[in-house]
Amino acid sequence: MNNFTVEAIDLTRLYGGREAVSNVSFTLSKGQVLGFLGPNGAGKSTTMKMLTGNLAPSNGSVKICGIDMMENPKEAKALIGYLPEMRPLYKELTVDEYLTIAARLHRVSASHIKKAVEIAKERCGLGHMSQRLIENLSNGYQQRVGIAQAIIHNPMVVILDEPTVGLDPIQIRDIRALIREVGSERSVIISTHILPEVEMVCDHVQIIDKGKLVFNGAIDVLKKQRIGNKLMIAMRNPPSAEEMLKVAGILEAESLEGNLMRVRFAEDTSPAEAIVQAAVVNHWGLYQIAPDQTSLEDVFVQLTYQEPAVSEPIAA
Amino acid sequence: MIINVARKELKSMFASPMGWVILSLLMFAFGTYYLNGVNDYFAVMSGAMRPAERTGVTQFVGQNVYGFASFMVLFAVPLLSMRLISEERRSQTLPFLFSAPISLTEIVLGKFLGLVAFLSILVLFIGGMLSTLNIWADIDFGFIVANSIGLLLMVASFSALGLYFSSMTQQPVVAAILTFIALFALMFLDRFFAGDPSNILASLSLTRHFQSFSGGLIDTADIAYFGLFIATFLTLTVRRLDADRLRG
Repeated sequence: MNNFTVEAIDLTRLYGGREAVSNVSFTLSKGQVLGFLGPNGAGKSTTMKMLTGNLAPSNGSVKICGIDMMENPKEAKALIGYLPEMRPLYKELTVDEYLTIAARLHRVSASHIKKAVEIAKERCGLGHMSQRLIENLSNGYQQRVGIAQAIIHNPMVVILDEPTVGLDPIQIRDIRALIREVGSERSVIISTHILPEVEMVCDHVQIIDKGKLVFNGAIDVLKKQRIGNKLMIAMRNPPSAEEMLKVAGILEAESLEGNLMRVRFAEDTSPAEAIVQAAVVNHWGLYQIAPDQTSLEDVFVQLTYQEPAVSEPIAA
Repeated sequence: MIINVARKELKSMFASPMGWVILSLLMFAFGTYYLNGVNDYFAVMSGAMRPAERTGVTQFVGQNVYGFASFMVLFAVPLLSMRLISEERRSQTLPFLFSAPISLTEIVLGKFLGLVAFLSILVLFIGGMLSTLNIWADIDFGFIVANSIGLLLMVASFSALGLYFSSMTQQPVVAAILTFIALFALMFLDRFFAGDPSNILASLSLTRHFQSFSGGLIDTADIAYFGLFIATFLTLTVRRLDADRLRG
């Protein structure tokens, strides 16, 4: 027995011959939050449906805490809490009624149901909504009910498909804190379009494009790729690029519009102080210096559009 | 687990006015028939002089009410069964059940039992209503029990068929219409073969199998027919839902 809570092995899903998801493999351990990133139609939701047993994979297998989803669906499903993209809410019921049904269906023992419902409501900030019909709740509160439903049985793996859609900024902050909290003792998989969100809540990131995994690794790797060794300097009297290169540790300098200059420096050096000193001595009129971050969006675009870039030389 | 799904269905049915309205309207109609039956009994029996013409009050009123009930459920069941799966499909709530630790068979059985439990309230009420005749007459309880079992089996068969049609579409109304047409055809199949009662197709008719129950006879052949009918459509429903999982 290994300690993986989720194991996906060569997951493939065909829709009429077209591969919606092809050969996706990954593992997740206890205490990890995995972020699923990808453009529309990349196969995020399809992968999640296969992980939760809502869709049979054409090929490959899913194991939840070592239990095979195909062979033992009931046992495997008991360990999962799932919130699909479209919230599966029975709108004619009240919040309490709905959560009680969810708890019952997920094998919460009869004596604990009341407590489980209370805890789930408290964690999702639904305490004062108990007797309201779900139909009459706002979009954000309905989303919270959806999340409450997914965590009510305290599952080993929580899978949330775009959990922060339709929430206001404060609610988003609460939900992110909740995801972190759940993720500290369980495993969480979330999919999202919001890139900074991944950086805030996830330890692991997977970028999926056209059904294939194009990036799978720790968030730090992605962050490093993003931050790089670059500085953005703004000066009133900018020197030429050659002059800037004389400062120790700087490998490249590039003059930009509006008195800006971007420099790349060698790894494990921090030439910021040297640049400031040089600026004072040479009267460059420096008024701003900051690390130059490639936005996460750029990294995302780079990764998802890698394929055409690779195939270009062959075509030429 | 089956019970939990059934409880959920019952809750949903009573959460909307639909369930209450259908229950009350049907009970009002049956009550009217019961009252008319009792009144007619005196009118008819006071004219019947010879002993051979006389029938018991249970049979006279019972046949009146149960005959009408078996016809009325033809309209009521499609209205109640139409939403069972199609509504969940439309509002995309099926993943809630699919990702819970329950099998498809349990989901289908739960939904079926939920509806049958709701309709059995009706059967119980009718039985109770007829039993009140016992206050001033000596009634034949066996007749009421046989009719109740027959009505329950027929209602359960209707529900199984309705559940299957509900699993085939996203539109509850389409499910209701299809169910009604199919049930109507099955009910009156034997009328089409009135000249040839031994025809195999005629023996598929639901009414024909209800007839022995309405005479107060519990026949295992009829019970087997209803049982097979229910099992067939429930199996088809499970297969239909499984196709969702396989084909997406």
